[in-house]
Amino acid sequence: MISRREFMQVVAATGTLFGSSVPWAKLSAQQKITQGDLLDFKPFGNVTLAHLTDIHAQLKPVWFREPSVNLGVGNAEGKPPHITGSDFLKFYNIASGSPEAYALSSEAFVGLAQQYGRMGGIDRIATVLKHIRSERGDNTLFLDGGDTWHGSYTALMTKGADMVEVMNALKPDAMTGHWEFTLGADRVKEIVNDLPFAFLGSNIFDNEWQEPAFDAVKMFERGGVKIAVIGQAFPYTPIANPRWMMPNWSFGIREEEIAKHVSAARSKGAELVILLSHNGFDVDRKLASQVKGIDVILCGHTHDALPVPLIVGNTLLVASGSSGKFISRLDLDVSGGKLKDFRFRLIPIFADVITPDREITALVDKVRKPYQGELKRVVGRTDSLLYRRGNFNGTIDDLMCQALIEVRDAEIALSPGFRWGPSLLPGQEITGEDLYNSCAMTYPAAYRTKMTGKFLKEVLEDVADNLFNPDPYYQQGGDMVRAGGLGYTIDPKKPIGQRISGMTLLKDGSTVDPSREYVVAGWASINQETEGPPIWEVVETYLKTNTPVRIKPNDAVKVVGV
Amino acid sequence: MKFYTRRESLVLGGAAVAALTLPGVAAFAKSEDAQATMAKFTGGKTASEGKIELKMPEIAENGNTVPLTISVDSPMTKDDYVKRVIVISEGNPRPEVATFNFTPRSGIAEASTRMRLAKTQNVVAVAEMSDGSFRMVKRQVKVTIGGCGG
Repeated sequence: MISRREFMQVVAATGTLFGSSVPWAKLSAQQKITQGDLLDFKPFGNVTLAHLTDIHAQLKPVWFREPSVNLGVGNAEGKPPHITGSDFLKFYNIASGSPEAYALSSEAFVGLAQQYGRMGGIDRIATVLKHIRSERGDNTLFLDGGDTWHGSYTALMTKGADMVEVMNALKPDAMTGHWEFTLGADRVKEIVNDLPFAFLGSNIFDNEWQEPAFDAVKMFERGGVKIAVIGQAFPYTPIANPRWMMPNWSFGIREEEIAKHVSAARSKGAELVILLSHNGFDVDRKLASQVKGIDVILCGHTHDALPVPLIVGNTLLVASGSSGKFISRLDLDVSGGKLKDFRFRLIPIFADVITPDREITALVDKVRKPYQGELKRVVGRTDSLLYRRGNFNGTIDDLMCQALIEVRDAEIALSPGFRWGPSLLPGQEITGEDLYNSCAMTYPAAYRTKMTGKFLKEVLEDVADNLFNPDPYYQQGGDMVRAGGLGYTIDPKKPIGQRISGMTLLKDGSTVDPSREYVVAGWASINQETEGPPIWEVVETYLKTNTPVRIKPNDAVKVVGV
Repeated sequence: MKFYTRRESLVLGGAAVAALTLPGVAAFAKSEDAQATMAKFTGGKTASEGKIELKMPEIAENGNTVPLTISVDSPMTKDDYVKRVIVISEGNPRPEVATFNFTPRSGIAEASTRMRLAKTQNVVAVAEMSDGSFRMVKRQVKVTIGGCGG
């Protein structure tokens, strides 16, 4: 729980240290929103940053339910972004039922979704960008935090080409990456070589010689201000994703590299230093306290959307959500080589409110056209709300686990704790597009194998430590692996090896025997040459005999000690 | 847009994934063995922290070959230099990983190598200075199954 005092500190920090920021809560009084309301921003200072991140190839508007469970551990316990539901609304003084409550929290999601409609759409984002640029002209920097070229059927089919074409039209000034690398190193090189803007990764090194594999920094001048943008790709790409897809590149946090680039940039006259990061929010919060001299960290990876920047020392942390739901606008007053003050707004992209940019709509239609048949094909229907986010389970993953158990004839199913994939509302038809939105990726094989009870526990312990290690530098930023057919108790605050207990085989209620082998089906293995049909085939097969989808409340994971 | 393709490096050691602990396969070094190795190196003297750095990833990408760099802050003059640095594993079958010897003519006290990590463990580096004092640094490196981030 957050005390009133802590909340006031947030407000005080934003108010006194850096001056006013536009209160988002203004909208909450009114039910009707207009494009003017959403774009309203009194221009400020001499530099404007526009930040978009983790859109996961969502070109079209989506439903996207934010998590109701997102626990923080260690120093992050009870702090943003680890505040959810009604606590979140209280913390940020947001009225229940308001547009912000719908956009930013899981509270009353289905009802509000029907009221306020879908969010996102790259053509709406283009409208916002155009507005910002018309207001701020050459003072604007548009930065993309990555996870852009992956996450949809068309991105999978075109190997990211659809996203590259559309994003190029939006003219970012720089980007970094994560899932981009799962297109394979050769494809990444091919795209990056032709990219009309910088692809930055200060933490990507050639594996053999430990030499930089990408540009680390790009210098800009905007509004007469010299700006250094340092890019930071997802540090655990070759661990969380298949290393064989990028065998010659090594990643890691490499804090000392960032520190080196910050001081080099300053000595080259940079007055504003920005880290365009795909570290994940808690990693960035720690990094801001360790590496001095970064003015702004544009955070990505963990998909958090925060209506107010968080301040660590003299560093502003901006978290702009995912799936195209938001774009952040940060106006900065930089003078005398220093960031003096700021004004911020997390702009919610209400798809029914913001007029699409006609040119970009046409471009989106063009790149999607060859795939319309598959995108529109109805594969099922759902009576339940389907969503992914949450530390321990999501109903989309419940569906996938059921499909894996039934179609692959397994006792237990494991589904990765990804945070991407839009939601589906009760009563909605499930199309090919919806299905792929939750599983389109380049290593989709649904394996079937045997694992001992002991190994299963090791897997759960290992993933839990990647999520709940009290030191954020050891966290990988996904959620807990989803389990089907298996119940367990988890105590997130315990050390590795002691978090998981009470493992139960749900089909007969028996205690999981460490020495017995269980038939396990799963997908997204990072091992090369994993065999099995792609996950979308498994789910589609399951839907043929299990439509409409009805997900029972999942009480298989018991969380204790928090 | 510059892209570094200067050296297309060799495909490293096949397609091994970060190895998960295989308990019981070998008798792993216990922390006591690591302490004994350190005591032997320091002659029982206490090593203080600071001045020595050990650069390793927080989480190993490939437990079979983990890069490490040790560096010691020293002027490396005839009167004040680093004599040797030992790298000790607390979780591998043998605690001693490597020992680097330096002289004032080394110029800087820095060395890089790669080591294998059998499992998540602490790696310790201890430096012997020319005045007979010792410096140490410890880092935890995780070896994980991976596969779930994002």
